Amino acid sequence: MHMPLEDSLGLNLLAANQHRADHNRAHFDAWNVLCLNVMSSPGAGKTSLLERSLAALSSRWAMAVLEGDMTTLLDAERLEAVGIPVVPITTGRACHLDAAMVGGGLKLLQQRLDPAELDLLWVENVGNLVCPAEFAIGEHRKVALLSVTEGDDKPLKYPVMFREADCVLITKVDLLPHLPVDVERIETHIRQVNPHTAVFRLSATSGVGFDAWHDWLAAQLTSVQTTPALIHA
Amino acid sequence: MTRCLLLSMHEWKQQHAPRVPKVDRVHLEVGSFTCVEPDQLVVTWSDAVKGTWLDGSELVIESVPLVGRCIRCQATYSPDAADGFRSPCCQHPMEEIVSGRELRIRSVAYGFETASPPPTASCPTVAC
Ligand SMILES: Nc1nc2c(ncn2[C@@H]2O[C@H](COP(=O)(O)OP(=O)(O)O)[C@@H](O)[C@H]2O)c(=O)[nH]1
Ligand SMILES: [Mg+2]
Ligand SMILES: [Zn+2]
Ligand SMILES: [Zn+2]
Ligand SMILES: [Zn+2]
Repeated sequence: MHMPLEDSLGLNLLAANQHRADHNRAHFDAWNVLCLNVMSSPGAGKTSLLERSLAALSSRWAMAVLEGDMTTLLDAERLEAVGIPVVPITTGRACHLDAAMVGGGLKLLQQRLDPAELDLLWVENVGNLVCPAEFAIGEHRKVALLSVTEGDDKPLKYPVMFREADCVLITKVDLLPHLPVDVERIETHIRQVNPHTAVFRLSATSGVGFDAWHDWLAAQLTSVQTTPALIHA
Repeated sequence: MTRCLLLSMHEWKQQHAPRVPKVDRVHLEVGSFTCVEPDQLVVTWSDAVKGTWLDGSELVIESVPLVGRCIRCQATYSPDAADGFRSPCCQHPMEEIVSGRELRIRSVAYGFETASPPPTASCPTVAC
């Protein structure tokens, strides 16, 4: 028998991940880099989004990608073709990226370039609408994608993801004429769980909506880069 | 999620180093508006701790219901996916969440096998 003791912790279950996320964040801030956590279910169009946005923005900003959703090596090739460094993150088949995995990706990235020269760091998360929403990686903004082919009830079925998102991208809107889905209802459902999030309707195929999305990105970059960074000890 | 809970418990254990606490119970508060399935977490926990310093410990999960506050009339309500999480009073979207996002280790019941005295101060809460 031992003397029974009890510690009242009130400690977050994800505290260990949060500490590592804070560490990543301190690096991003010291480098003056905007970090985006890009999340969606598999196939919603994350890589296609990156492809088009990287091509459109590469003359404007210095960017890199941490790729946590490498379905095939082709994904990295698709992105590298645009001339942007892509670092694969080893997930060990995890269902989400955690802050430690992203920290490992940052070390690899540093072997290739000086992150302080970057403006924007994209992290493509594992295709999953559930747990990536809970695991901070140190990002400044969470971006959730929802393709019109997934139906209009997804925001209500996976509300945590859409609640946490700073920006929701409704993708593949070029397919709307062929689908029995109401994009207004999709947007209404998103706003029911997150009234103040930014919402854009995009097609990576046609390019529709990308100007507005890139304007939003520019505004986020300005707000992050003009906030003085805490010096990382 | 289990892995992260184990890491957080490991951080807690370090506060007692060099002594290793023998944990009887870990008490969690899990909000219903999270991605954690309490039953599933209990199962994966008992598998994950086998053969570790936490072997034999019990995970006790208290569910915390989702409660929203209608920002139009200030009434609290239980948001429901079937109603699109809207407030029943004003049909307002779910703006303020009062509870339901908790993922907290509330307390740890433990002891030390040896007859050594208990630590003089309780563990400091780690600021997150
Ligand atoms: N019609 C259409 N198809 C798209 C669009 N964006 C992506 N896709 C297709 O959807 C599939 C999955 O896209 P991908 O970008 O790999 O999704 P990820 O798994 O989220 O990275 C691919 O076959 C893409 O060609 C779009 O805007 N319109
Ligand atoms: Mg992809
Ligand atoms: Zn560091
Ligand atoms: Zn996961
Ligand atoms: Zn009301």
